[in-house]
Amino acid sequence: MKKRLAMLFALCLMTGVLSSCGKDSGSTETTKKDDNTLVILNYGKYIDESVLDQFEKETGIKVKLEEYESPEEMYTKFSAGSINYDLVCTSDYMVERLINEDQVLEINFDDFEYYKNLDSSIIEASQIFDPENKYSMPYFYGTLGILYNTTMVSDEEVSTWNVLWDEAYKDSIIMQNSVRDSFTPALRLSGYDINTTDENQLNDALDLLIRQKPLVYAYYVDETGDEMAMGNAAMALVYSGEAAYAMELNDDLSYSVPEEGSNLWIDSWFMPKSCHNTEYAEKFLDFLCREDIGMLNFDYVYYATPNLAVKENLDEETLSDTTIFPTDETLANCEVYKQYDIDTTKLSNYLWKKLKSE
Amino acid sequence: MRKSGRQLFAGPYLIWIIGFILLPLAMIIYYAFTTSGGTFTFENVAAIADPVHVRSILLSLKLGIICTIVCLLLAYPLAMILNGLKIKQQNFVVFIFILPMWMNFMLRILAWRLLLSNNGIVNAIFQFFGFGTVKMLNTQTAVVFGMVYDFLPFMILPIYNSMARIKNDVIEAAKDLGASDAIILFKIIIPLTLSGIISGIIMVFVPALTSFVISDLLGGGKVLLIGNVIEQEFMQGTNWNLGSGLSVVLMIFVIASMALMNIFDKDGGGTAVW
Repeated sequence: MKKRLAMLFALCLMTGVLSSCGKDSGSTETTKKDDNTLVILNYGKYIDESVLDQFEKETGIKVKLEEYESPEEMYTKFSAGSINYDLVCTSDYMVERLINEDQVLEINFDDFEYYKNLDSSIIEASQIFDPENKYSMPYFYGTLGILYNTTMVSDEEVSTWNVLWDEAYKDSIIMQNSVRDSFTPALRLSGYDINTTDENQLNDALDLLIRQKPLVYAYYVDETGDEMAMGNAAMALVYSGEAAYAMELNDDLSYSVPEEGSNLWIDSWFMPKSCHNTEYAEKFLDFLCREDIGMLNFDYVYYATPNLAVKENLDEETLSDTTIFPTDETLANCEVYKQYDIDTTKLSNYLWKKLKSE
Repeated sequence: MRKSGRQLFAGPYLIWIIGFILLPLAMIIYYAFTTSGGTFTFENVAAIADPVHVRSILLSLKLGIICTIVCLLLAYPLAMILNGLKIKQQNFVVFIFILPMWMNFMLRILAWRLLLSNNGIVNAIFQFFGFGTVKMLNTQTAVVFGMVYDFLPFMILPIYNSMARIKNDVIEAAKDLGASDAIILFKIIIPLTLSGIISGIIMVFVPALTSFVISDLLGGGKVLLIGNVIEQEFMQGTNWNLGSGLSVVLMIFVIASMALMNIFDKDGGGTAVW
């Protein structure tokens, strides 16, 4: 909450103050073109920092890492323009937004030595936000599913989204405090596409969610993992990353993606227009695809990696951990969010308010 | 000469008022009456008539009024007890009441979330004594509780201040003339502390009406106050125009409630807020 308030404040300040500074630093940056430092922007704790040292050792290119918490914060940092980033890693829908805003450079994958290591099915799934796969490179991916407490819920029950509507779990269901994530189970249960923009279908989903509301303990975002670890609820709608975090804290927790299908998220790298040396940036991306580097990052982050060369070297136990690696059947049922158009955004925001005011 | 020199000292305050009160206010009003394209419209303000918004503003009014009444019922007797103590003890008790305000209020509300949750400390105590788990967190009651907890000092202090100003002679004179305790309370103490009560009501009701953090933290996203609607429009909906429009309506509610209270406040004693 505080973060969001701070962001709003920062936004107000930045629109006024920094819009002018941004231009100044832009001109100084172009004069430093031969500077062999890459400035990259990534989620916090989302890359093994020894990778950066190794890259410098091998190529002589320094890498400066900047971190952020949420895609919206990234967007603010990025558009403030006070620092010119050479590479950014962020969530799928944010990549799409920036592509639409014409902020992104094409990546020339032809010279990549290790791009072939990446799972073609994940690259294909990225086409929802990057139709020709020319602006982004997948880094890690995961799903939206149910984190549940095995002492209260059985494994069979969570194979369907219906469990979120089960009266037996009144007051012990946590939903996501975001429109799209909470609509996803309702849409899938009704047999609709999660990217639907059809008003009637969205209204049907809303009816389901209104019916569910009396059973819901809370609509949380960042709190979900901790609440589940404390045993305050039986199950929660979460992203696999958050689920893995909570499961580390509490051994009774488990994660499942219901068979009706869900959302697939792909955090991807892109090259913003402010990139001062695309050759170096591409070199770094290629480096990330290399097997040993991919392995270092996988060990550090522990999310599903699209790097097949890394996957080949993992033991059976890790590979069969469905919290990290969704099964092929699950993946086949999952879809990446497509950014809503303006009208649908308005509609979904309104439906969300309607649900909350019930 | 000397006079204008002194006025210079007001300079920083003037800059503060312009930069942090008037300018933002002007921006809100500008956004409220324009579309995202910048053309004039009443739509954002009229949006308050939407059933969803009506429901949330009614809920805000309801919770705000409950919170104010509870605060008043708790604070008034307390102020009377306080007033009856020796000066030294009075200072100590007032200090105790102000003490929690030294801590960030968000942290205190977060602490309540831990206490009230399904597996929280309060429920652990209930279970120890053989009562079942009581669902407390993420209800309207929890939100009102948080508001009362947070705003109670704002009710106590003005009432206590106005009560401390009543001279003992007045009470004694009334007793001499044969007034019973009840008559002293209703005919003397309450009328003389009215300005304190009124500023207390304003200082509790207005933040309760516009609150959104407490309902977010203790309501678990299930209690949608008008403040939450506005927050959502700004942060998630990125519809600053609608958010501003609703803010303007909320401001009208706030000003109206303050004006209404001012009608009752005839003597306008030193404790009035405006």
